[in-house]
Amino acid sequence: MTRYARRAGIVLWKDLLTERRSKESLNALLFFSLLLLFLFEFALGPDRERLRAALPGLLWLGFVLAGLLGLGKSFMIERDNDCWEGLRLTPGDKSAIYVGKLLGNFLTMAVVEVFVLALFGLFYDVDLRPVLAPLAVVLLLGTVGLAAVGTLFAAMTAQVRARELLFPVLLLPAQVPLLLAAVSATQSLLLGRPLAEVGHWLQLLAVADLVYVVVGLLTFEFILDA
Amino acid sequence: MIAASHLRKSYGSTAVLEDVSFELTAGQCLALLGPNGAGKTTILRILATLLRPTSGTLALAGVDALKEPEAARALIGVVAHGSYIYEDLSALENLRFWTVMAGGDASPERLRAALRQVELDGVADERARTFSAGMKRRLGPGPRRPQPRPAPLPRRALHGIGPAGPEMAQRVRPRLQGLRGAVVIATHSFATGLGAADRVAILAGGRILADQPCADLPWEAIRGLYESLIDADEAMPREAMS
Repeated sequence: MTRYARRAGIVLWKDLLTERRSKESLNALLFFSLLLLFLFEFALGPDRERLRAALPGLLWLGFVLAGLLGLGKSFMIERDNDCWEGLRLTPGDKSAIYVGKLLGNFLTMAVVEVFVLALFGLFYDVDLRPVLAPLAVVLLLGTVGLAAVGTLFAAMTAQVRARELLFPVLLLPAQVPLLLAAVSATQSLLLGRPLAEVGHWLQLLAVADLVYVVVGLLTFEFILDA
Repeated sequence: MIAASHLRKSYGSTAVLEDVSFELTAGQCLALLGPNGAGKTTILRILATLLRPTSGTLALAGVDALKEPEAARALIGVVAHGSYIYEDLSALENLRFWTVMAGGDASPERLRAALRQVELDGVADERARTFSAGMKRRLGPGPRRPQPRPAPLPRRALHGIGPAGPEMAQRVRPRLQGLRGAVVIATHSFATGLGAADRVAILAGGRILADQPCADLPWEAIRGLYESLIDADEAMPREAMS
């Protein structure tokens, strides 16, 4: 178990350190999110009420699109210098690599989400402070699921020639249950309803997270070896 | 130590390896010699558990490498075309990453000592992006990487390790003889590669045409044998080989 944790930890350390130095994903994602905000504003016009009604959907659309960009790149680093082959050759449980990658993707997505959330509040004049704690629960559960299934499909398509096309085509349908639950829960919370009222959506998110993480752990070795 | 029996690999109707068999005992070093497309890399990839043969059997140190590839991977070291280097990590960080992944001791002292072995201790904290191809080769998986336990097989072949390659090959040769493992290398170079090998297998068209001891043979004799076999193979009608 200790060795498993060390291996997962070193993958996370390597991914975060590489990202900190290259700033390839984070910078692109932050600018992309900013661009999305402007686009939504232009598309929906100056009507604040209309913007607020569409806010939960726009918020998660932003997360998903930014996630697509970030997750799609998460295995590109392994293609350089045949590092993918090196990972295949390391002895031991390959799911540790999945756990490390998943944590790295989760943290990157979380940083982008906090940034987007703050800008949404600022741009659309929505006071998010009263709902910040319950919203954080929804974001946490939603992001774990998005990162879990995204990491798996990113690995699956990393070695495929048409990966830029295949990755979103495979990923988006798999994200539907997560998005349905996350958008509905976010909408209810923004309307001022208590967390207990969105309990069924949180349960759906938790179950989907569990399913995606377990499937990822069980299948990653086969994906790496394929 | 390594027992490959009737290995065959085909993609659809195209066979890239045909009935390849050989055995290596502990301490032996086999050089695979052949023109492009002869099947050298395919054999190495099968031995490394990176590729499954279409048929045949493979045992590495008594482990059935086709049924238990994970167990076999704990016993082998591979140096392929890629250097397995992350460009944005330093030499020390790269070494730390792969050592932990292999379950080894990644203490800074051991890592720096390992870098000293391949003369990279002076650039230990510099990013791999600034290294030459040869330096990246030396930083890749090698014998200087700290082992989780005494390794039954060496962690470094003698291929493509930069301008210092020939000298390093001669330095590693005594180590090969003392190891409890076996080494397989693929090479185009008669002088450098065969200097470390005590057996040579000459391949063409996915078949082993000759497999014989070479430790006492001058490289000119091996070159003569190689050229006569390859010429004879090229003159042979393809259907006669199937």
